This record gives sequence, structure tokens and C-alpha cells, in this order.
Amino acid sequence: MATVELTFSALPAHVRTARLVATAIARRTGVAEALLDEVRLAVGEACSRAVEAHRLHCPGEPIRIELKDDSGRFEVTVTDAAPSDDLKAVDSSDGYRLVDAMLGIVPEMPGLGIAVIAGLADDVEVSPGPTGVKIRMSWPAAPTPNGLAAV
Amino acid sequence: MDLKLDHRTEDRLTIVEVEGEIDVYTAPRLRELLIDLVNKGNFHLLVNMEKVDFLDSTGLGVLVGGLKRVRAHDGSLELVCTQERILKIFRITGLTKVFGIYASVEEAKEAHGRDK
Repeated sequence: MATVELTFSALPAHVRTARLVATAIARRTGVAEALLDEVRLAVGEACSRAVEAHRLHCPGEPIRIELKDDSGRFEVTVTDAAPSDDLKAVDSSDGYRLVDAMLGIVPEMPGLGIAVIAGLADDVEVSPGPTGVKIRMSWPAAPTPNGLAAV
Repeated sequence: MDLKLDHRTEDRLTIVEVEGEIDVYTAPRLRELLIDLVNKGNFHLLVNMEKVDFLDSTGLGVLVGGLKRVRAHDGSLELVCTQERILKIFRITGLTKVFGIYASVEEAKEAHGRDK
């Protein structure tokens, strides 16, 4: 099992860096090229959500991202240290309901990022806890003899 | 890649050219431009996304915010986009039902002309 861990300050500029690192590791782990855009977007959404939550509640705390090659799957876990206010706004990944909300009374739809992740990742688990939210998502990765795909 | 923004007005349609990545870092600049255009009386906007490499939910939120602003003035905000990876996020969120999405600026201008 190969693991890469990254922590970053809650700054929007760092989200792009996290996306780039995740995409590079996904490619190296053997995730199909056709899925890399989904990895990039889903990881970006999870990190953006964490950055926004930290800026509101705990701007000095870092956000943690863990990238694992685990038994033929590429697994990403984004962990924050902020309350999970926005998750209460999400009741499903039903885009039409979200659109209604966005065009109606809610000026910004904070749960939209989670809905996008749910629509993109092969496997998603959102775990709100007393000390923050953990979003784990994974995609199939081609197994290779040394655990890493050729670059 | 950073975000590059440009705009021009043709007839009554303001075409916003967007190039690069629209995410939590760059989306505020697009939001500012759309607000500025509406404040200056441009209520029919066409956002050309053909050179957009990346769009996330923050960018979608900005486009929806722009749409709400122009609709308050009986205006329109439509998109030019043929890239599958960008269209996918509109489909996931159901926003293909909300935005007019065209294959080219010319096609959008023709449709806009017919609606006038």
C-alpha cells in the first residue's frame, strides 16, 4: 500500500495544488485516463468545501488529504476540522432539487460540492464528526507488479 | 492555468470570453465581472466556455448567481460549451435544464436574434 499525505492551509489557491497532486498520484496508481478528470474534479470539490468551512470556522487549522493505493483502488480522504453546517443542506444528489434551491431563496448552495462528488466518484463516504468532516472517495486502479503503474 | 476574462458587445448581446480554470480561487473574478456587466446595463450575457479547462461547483454557483441577476432585469445568461468534461458537471447538477447551452457563439447569436 503506497500512501501520500498532504496538509495545506485553508487558502483557495492551494486547492489547485491539491487537485494536481491527486491527479498525478491517481495516474501513477493506474487509474484509467478516462477517470482522471473525475478524480481531479471530485478532489477539488472536497478540498474547496473544506477550505470554505475552515475559513468560516477555523482559518488557522490545516486541511489534510490522504491518497492511497489500496488493493486495486485509488482512495482519497479529505479531512477537515470544521463543523459540518453545509451537509445539513444536502438531502440527495438530485440535481434538479439543487437547481430549484439555487434559483429560489438560497443565494449560494453550500451542499452543491458534495452532490457533485456523489455524481462523480465511484464510491463515496461522507462522515461528519464532532471534530470535522471526512470525505473518502475511491476509484478503480489497475494493479501492477510493484504497486505503481508506469508513468 | 490562471483565469483569463474578456468581453465584448455585439448588438445587444455581451459575449464573455473565459479561458483557464474556474474554481474556488478564480471564481470571484468571474463573479465580479458578471456583477459589473449587469450593473452597467448589460442584461443579455453569453459566456463562452470553450477555452475553460476546469469548472467546479464554485464556478457553477457564480454562473447561477449571474443568471439570477440578469433575470431580475428580464435578461438572459447563456453558455457556449461543447466540452464533455465541462458539460458533465452541468448534467450532474441538472443545470442543463436551466442554462441555454450552445455549440458556438454564432449559433447562440442566431438563437438570441430569433428571440428578440
